[in-house]
Amino acid sequence: MISLAGRDILHAWGKFVFTGIGLGLLIGVTLTMAGVYRGMIDDAMVLLDNSGADLWVVQKDTQGPYAESSSLYDDTWRGIAAMPGVASAANVTYLTMQVRAVNRSQQRDVRAMVVGVSADGPGTAGWPPYLVAGRQITRSHYEAVADIASGFRLGDTLQIRRNRYTVVGLTRRMVSSNGDPMVFIPLKDAQQAQFLKDNEAILQQRRRTAENPAFNRPGVPGLLDAVIASQSSNNYVNAVLVRIKPGTTANEVAEPIRRWKRLTVFTRAQMEDILVNKLIATAAKQIGMFMVILAMVSAAIVAFIIYTLTMDKIREIAVLKLIGTRNRTIAAMIMQQALALGLIGFAVGKITATFAAPIFPKYVLLLPGDSLKGLAAVIVICALASLIAIRMALKVDPAEAIGG
Amino acid sequence: MSTNKGIRIEGLKKRYGSGDTAVDALKGVTMQVDPGEVVGLVGPSGSGKSTLLKCLGAVIDPTAGRMVLGDEVIYDDGWKVRDLRALRRDRIGFVFQAPYLIPFLDVTDNVALLPMLAGMPNAEARARALELLTALDVQHRAKAMPSQLSGGEQQRVAIARGLVNHPPVILADEPTAPLDSQRAMAVIRILNDMAKKYQTAIIVVTHDEKIIPTFKRIYHIRDGVTHEEAGEGRGFD
Repeated sequence: MISLAGRDILHAWGKFVFTGIGLGLLIGVTLTMAGVYRGMIDDAMVLLDNSGADLWVVQKDTQGPYAESSSLYDDTWRGIAAMPGVASAANVTYLTMQVRAVNRSQQRDVRAMVVGVSADGPGTAGWPPYLVAGRQITRSHYEAVADIASGFRLGDTLQIRRNRYTVVGLTRRMVSSNGDPMVFIPLKDAQQAQFLKDNEAILQQRRRTAENPAFNRPGVPGLLDAVIASQSSNNYVNAVLVRIKPGTTANEVAEPIRRWKRLTVFTRAQMEDILVNKLIATAAKQIGMFMVILAMVSAAIVAFIIYTLTMDKIREIAVLKLIGTRNRTIAAMIMQQALALGLIGFAVGKITATFAAPIFPKYVLLLPGDSLKGLAAVIVICALASLIAIRMALKVDPAEAIGG
Repeated sequence: MSTNKGIRIEGLKKRYGSGDTAVDALKGVTMQVDPGEVVGLVGPSGSGKSTLLKCLGAVIDPTAGRMVLGDEVIYDDGWKVRDLRALRRDRIGFVFQAPYLIPFLDVTDNVALLPMLAGMPNAEARARALELLTALDVQHRAKAMPSQLSGGEQQRVAIARGLVNHPPVILADEPTAPLDSQRAMAVIRILNDMAKKYQTAIIVVTHDEKIIPTFKRIYHIRDGVTHEEAGEGRGFD
């Protein structure tokens, strides 16, 4: 038996191909959105992986440092480092801001997560674990390592608040949970950047402090200077990253820190839960909603096209039924056409998504499993969309082929 | 001529609706067409021609009567065959007013489709189609698409499709309506030739004045009743 659907497609290939391309672009957008969601999760996992930490110690009753703000005194790490089961502890700060490369003729302005890393050197938690060019930070001030996705180059001069930093190294896939590339600078510089006020604000604060008789007592020399000095320095970090000793579990080490230091401690699993289920939950829902809408639009397009193609063949279907064609043969013809349209669309969509992913402004992770699920969804949608046309075709009275 | 073949209809009735609004479209049609014979069924609009054709073609149910196809009673106050679809596919050929060829199949496959639907292997079905196309002198267009054929060629292909399963009866619904006189006569000649060659009983529904004189026997249908009369049989032996 010949394939009626195949012959019809070959006969009207232009209609199928152009409709398939249109449908494919929709499917491509859907696959890309799924890839964006996967990319967000991957970014979150990469953020945790690259921090090199087993535990995140943050301000009590906060979900920092990524989902909420968190402040700890910068000497907190010393006490934590002495706790049982702790191999090392390191301060870290995170600040998302616009970072400019000022040495180029055309200034680049990139949204980046500025990470302040402790002075303990490469290998410490919080530091970039590997570089693709240049070297790690070796000086206490004004050097930076940037993620290559930022577009910064070795030797670039970056403006972060009032200070300028030289890019001495480039790393890769060091991004925030939002996908912003990271720029690593020394911790002290980062603390200052977080706290730094403009000159006018500093002058105002000094004037107010000097006018406060509680701080400017004639009988207590040096008090005013001490107060002003404390106001213009930042002794806070956002988190302490902890590595545990081999043979201990994260929970074993976390519990004493919670109890004795009265701080909040997150294990890797808890931090994944915060990032995936809380931080990107709304974005995931938005993406999911868009995917549902796109699936519905795709189904409507397939249903409309197949319905129209079937309407165009009403007389032929009546003839086919009159000369003894089984209903299932006619139904199969319509369904096969819908599936063929879906497969053309999926192929176009997959190609579109694959080529669009690298130039998409957000990290798009296309997983083979998602593509297979997408293919299955396309097949189901097309099969369902063809039911309206099949129902109409089966209702055609073979007597319509006979005049009168 | 054998009387136990062809098609025989006795007292066929068809009523549409019920009660006060009932319409008797057929009021007891009796007719017989023998193998190899082409008869005309003529009548004005609304006389019941199409209703009779639909009853004969097993696409609507008669209300009463009896139909015998070949040796088998297919209707006797109810259908006696279970699968009407198979009956239409294997034992009744149709030729329509317009050819209604399947636009996405070439000429050969348009003709071969029926035996393929009946389960015949593709190669065998195509060979049979080619044989018929040769008999109808359109074998040179075997690979053409329907849209590439002239009206006369399309109608010859439609006739080949009606004949391809060697049905004992062919129902032709105004097969010459869209054709000029010359082509209309050519189609009637072909139907006569094919009826003789394949011993098929052919009923041609028409009100085409050009071809009515060509029938040897004519059934006039008026108000749901048929009247047989001898035709002129002009031009065909």
